Order: sequence, then structure tokens, then C-alpha cells
Amino acid sequence: MPKLKMPRKSTHVDMTAMCDVAFLLLTFFMLATKFKPDEPVTVTTPNSISEIPLPDADIMMITVDEKGRMFFSVDNVNVRKALIDNMDEYKKLGLSEEEKIKFAKGSSIGVPLSQLKSYLAADPAQQKEFDKTATGIPTDTVVTSDANELAAWIRLARNNNPKLRITIKADGDASYPEIKKIITTLEGWKIFKFNLITGLKAVPPGTAAYDIQMGKPAQQ
Amino acid sequence: MAEMDTSSSGGHKKGPGVKKGKKLSTRIDLTPMVDLGFLLITFFMYTTTMSKPKTMEINMPYKDENIKEDEQTKIKASTVVSVLLSKDHRIYYYEGIGDDPTKPPQLNVTYFKPKDGIRDVLINKKKAVEELKASGALGAKDQVTVIIKPDVTSTYEDLVNMLDEMSINDIRVYAIVDITPVDKEFIQMTEQANGVQ
Repeated sequence: MPKLKMPRKSTHVDMTAMCDVAFLLLTFFMLATKFKPDEPVTVTTPNSISEIPLPDADIMMITVDEKGRMFFSVDNVNVRKALIDNMDEYKKLGLSEEEKIKFAKGSSIGVPLSQLKSYLAADPAQQKEFDKTATGIPTDTVVTSDANELAAWIRLARNNNPKLRITIKADGDASYPEIKKIITTLEGWKIFKFNLITGLKAVPPGTAAYDIQMGKPAQQ
Repeated sequence: MAEMDTSSSGGHKKGPGVKKGKKLSTRIDLTPMVDLGFLLITFFMYTTTMSKPKTMEINMPYKDENIKEDEQTKIKASTVVSVLLSKDHRIYYYEGIGDDPTKPPQLNVTYFKPKDGIRDVLINKKKAVEELKASGALGAKDQVTVIIKPDVTSTYEDLVNMLDEMSINDIRVYAIVDITPVDKEFIQMTEQANGVQ
């Protein structure tokens, strides 16, 4: 019987294809990733059934933590730069150009205007430390009052970018009077439409919203 | 892999019997590269925030000092449920606007819960309004109106939950209103009557 000679196969597998796939996925995730912006406080938002997504751009966010401290931020760097220029001029803060640029590149701000200069002069680690004990932006129920610094921030930010959508991101445990202050401030500037940031929860079955979601006509 | 041939046996002599230099394969082992690729993928997958936060849109009623009293829209008391949000996520509610001092409203207490909570109150109210509409006591355009009055001890979560109940129960007319001293009294009286601290 002739000896059957099996061709000896190499154990090497061609990795090129796998490598291609790996890097394709890598590219996808790299492009799709949007790093979470550095938030000075962690906020647990309440949930709602609302499914309106947060828009990508032109957002003004007022963050309220559980103790009711307020932080203010605008997403666009250019708007932030223009905003701090105006604020400097309006409130005579005497900020240097360097501090203004620091503001434009930073994230949320939660200090009273009187402390803004020293806050911006500090390095990021110190700022982080400061944010833990910061008092937040002073707010009041009267929009025109000087003590209502949030009102000044909102007005100047909207002057720079009228398209700004106002969102409130508040902790579930924040007390209502704090939220009320924001709402009255907004109302003072004749802003009656704004968004509350919430988590998503499922629509409970057997309710009117569930019927609508399922395509049944709402009872009205 | 790529090794230098350091043996000096052959030298540079050419001719028969001289070993040829080893032909190096042009293939590169891609395994480490794949490893690296997947490592980075894992990293990016974990850091990616795919789900965007959702938002809830609210429209506050237009407030203008120049609007005269008689130009304001009037709501019929029989369509109204007033909801008072209080501490410890407690909800007090009563039928009507509660502006008639001669007839103080009957306060009931409830909580946010899927069964027998505020949701059922709203569903029942909706049914009651439908019946009133059918019997002709209310016009076709009348709708259930909920007046939300959060007091100073309530939290933002209560407010969002309440607004969420509005969308869950498809109630289109609602308003967030300041709590009145009268309402505060109602809460106090109810709390005292029930021995709540």
C-alpha cells in the first residue's frame, strides 16, 4: 500500500483579516466616543418617560446638586469666550486675557462673581477642590436684582447666542424652592420654554401614554 | 524571528557549497497588533456614552403683568384637581381650586406608586370629567386640569414625577403654581389631624 503523505499544514493563521476588523471597530468607537464633560458635581437626575433627546449643540445647562448649589455652563467655546468678555465688562471683574481663556476652556462654573477671578487664577486641581465647597451661583427670585447672578449669566449668554436651549439638570433631592428660583429667573427674562434633563424609564402599561405608544388612539 | 546570521563559516566567498543567506519571510506576525487593537476597542467601548440623556420639555404659562384679570382663561372648578406636593414625597390632593373659603376642600393623601397612588386619582378624575361631558354638564372642550402646587419641603424629584404623571396619563392642561397660604394651612390641619410630625 502506498504511503499516503498528508501535506503538513502550517499552524499559522493569517491575522491580517482579524487585524482589519479590529482596527475598523477601533476607528468606529474612537469616532463615536464622546467623552463625558468634566462635571464639577455628580447629579442623579430623576426619571421620566419622555424620550426627547438632548440636542447636540447650543445648550445652556444649569446644574443643581442635592444641596441646591447652582452651576452654570454653556457648551460652545466661542460663546463662552464672548460670554466671559461681556461679563467682565458688565460686572467689572478685571479678568486677565489668560483667565478668560481658562474660563472658555473650562466646564461648569459655580462660584459667585466676586470669587470668579481667584477661581480662574487657580490651577485645575485647586479648582476641583474648590468646587467641593463652592457656594454655587447666587440666585434670587427677582430677576433684575444685583444679587441674582444667575440671571446675569443667562441674559449675557443668550445675548451671545439667542438659539441657546436652556436645560436644567437637577438632582432628584434638590429642594423645590431652589428650582423655583431658576424658573422665576427664567420667567423674568420671558423664557417660558425649557428642558429638564431626566433619565429614561419605561412607560407603565395600562396608562394613556402606553396606549399612545402602542398606536391606539388616546381617549379624549 | 528576524535574527542576524553571525556565523562566520561562509564569509563572502561565492561558489558551490556556500550556504545561501537565510531568506527571511516577508510575513509579519500580526498577533500583537490584533491584541492591541482589541484592547483599545474594549477601552473605547467602555468609555463611550452611547445613550444620550433624555429631556423633558416644559412650557410655563406666559406671564405678563399687563394681562388683565378678565382676559385670563378661566377654568371650571369641576375639571380641576389640585395637587399639593409636600415633604417625604407625600401628595395631598383635592377636587377643585380650593378658593372658596366657605367650603374648605377635603384633602386626601397619596403617594407616587403604580397602584392606588396619584395615578389612579388622575385616571378616575379623567373618567369623571368624561362622564360630566357626556351628561352635558361640561362643554366638549373642557379637559381635566391639574394644578400642581409644590411646597417648600418638596423636592425636584416630586415635581418631575408629577410632570411625568401628566404625560403618562395624557393630561394636557396642567400648571405649576405657587402654593398659597391657604393650602399650607390645609396641609397643616391635615397633618395635625393625622398626628404626622
